[in-house]
Amino acid sequence: MSRPEDNLPPDLYYNDTESLKYTTSSRVQAIQATMTNRALELLSLTTPSLILDIGCGSGLSGEILSESDPPHTWIGMDISSSMLAVALDREVDGDLLLGDMGQGLPFRAGSFDAAISISAIQWLCNEDEKGVDPKTRLSRFFDSLYASLKRDGKAVCQFYPRDDKQRDMICSAAIKAGFGAGLLEDDPETKNKKLYLVLTVGGEGNRDITGVVRGMDGVDVYDTRKKLLEKSKGEVKKGTKAWIMKKKEQERRKGKIVKADSKYTGRKRGIKF
Amino acid sequence: MKLLTANFLSCAVKACKSSPLSFPLHFKDAELASKSVPYNPILLSNLLPRLDWPALVTSSSELGFTLPQQKPEITPFTPTSSEDGDAVMSGAGEEDEKTLRMLHKVLMETEVVEGKMVCGSCGFEYGIHQTVANFLLPSHLV
Repeated sequence: MSRPEDNLPPDLYYNDTESLKYTTSSRVQAIQATMTNRALELLSLTTPSLILDIGCGSGLSGEILSESDPPHTWIGMDISSSMLAVALDREVDGDLLLGDMGQGLPFRAGSFDAAISISAIQWLCNEDEKGVDPKTRLSRFFDSLYASLKRDGKAVCQFYPRDDKQRDMICSAAIKAGFGAGLLEDDPETKNKKLYLVLTVGGEGNRDITGVVRGMDGVDVYDTRKKLLEKSKGEVKKGTKAWIMKKKEQERRKGKIVKADSKYTGRKRGIKF
Repeated sequence: MKLLTANFLSCAVKACKSSPLSFPLHFKDAELASKSVPYNPILLSNLLPRLDWPALVTSSSELGFTLPQQKPEITPFTPTSSEDGDAVMSGAGEEDEKTLRMLHKVLMETEVVEGKMVCGSCGFEYGIHQTVANFLLPSHLV
């Protein structure tokens, strides 16, 4: 299936006809609803909160935020004025802003309890104009998002990366901004797979990102950090026999002349002399 | 644009990020409307510590109504089991209820339909059209 990201920049792609088509399609509506519910589940908010919806579009996701239990108040931001016009026609409850997330979010520090973004942040990877670097836009977005969330805040961004490279680019930008980050994949290995980037801002409850999915059904946790830790542990200590053997092997592979190994290799010299 | 949102918005221009004048944005030629929104006292009491009260006083005086100079104090409630579906609060005095109603009216129900928001530092004007504020910046200001 063709990706809208490959055709035009978002403010031009979602023109009046495309916005209306997007909003009235029952298929899109259903998908958006399940994804928003999933995002809400990941945010696990117990009190009515102030939520930022990045790339709110026509307010399909926002509607679910207003109708959820407890009802949340949201502020939506989108780059497409046609989409926002559709949202106005539909009389959504949230407050709307026309803005580009790649320019940074114009909010003061600690404004929001949480943030969601449904199918939006992959647009940041596009290089629509000359002189626009996706990396700069991504870091501007995540830096300002990190600042505008309060401590203990969470953000869930569902996105469609074109490939693994794009996915890694987005994740590393989020981690660089200071977030604790994890990826949740729904329906993996199918054509309907959905990726959620779960972000946490430091605080007591958010020490470990895997805590977000604790107690949720059907979620397997793959912790790559553990593997990294083990890898660093597995490295041999400098000066030990194993280390000397490793170094000798390395030199041998380079084609250098290396003394033969024996039972005396790596032993301390006696003090008899 | 609700006053609640305005209380969280600062100028997006890069050079203004460090300037204390970039917040709050000042309303100009504002046209107001009132929209009825369900009253949510728990949300308001959650929001109150985060509100910048002097900024709210400034922006509401620009729109033509006055608020007390001091941030109202509210005893943090613990929500009791909502018997009739409507959020019932324990320990909510009449005084608190009145303050919250007032805040609800100002923050949630007052909307700027048309007008401008001006940054106090760089003077950039953000247009508000049909309640939607335009925060798109020309690329040289990003």
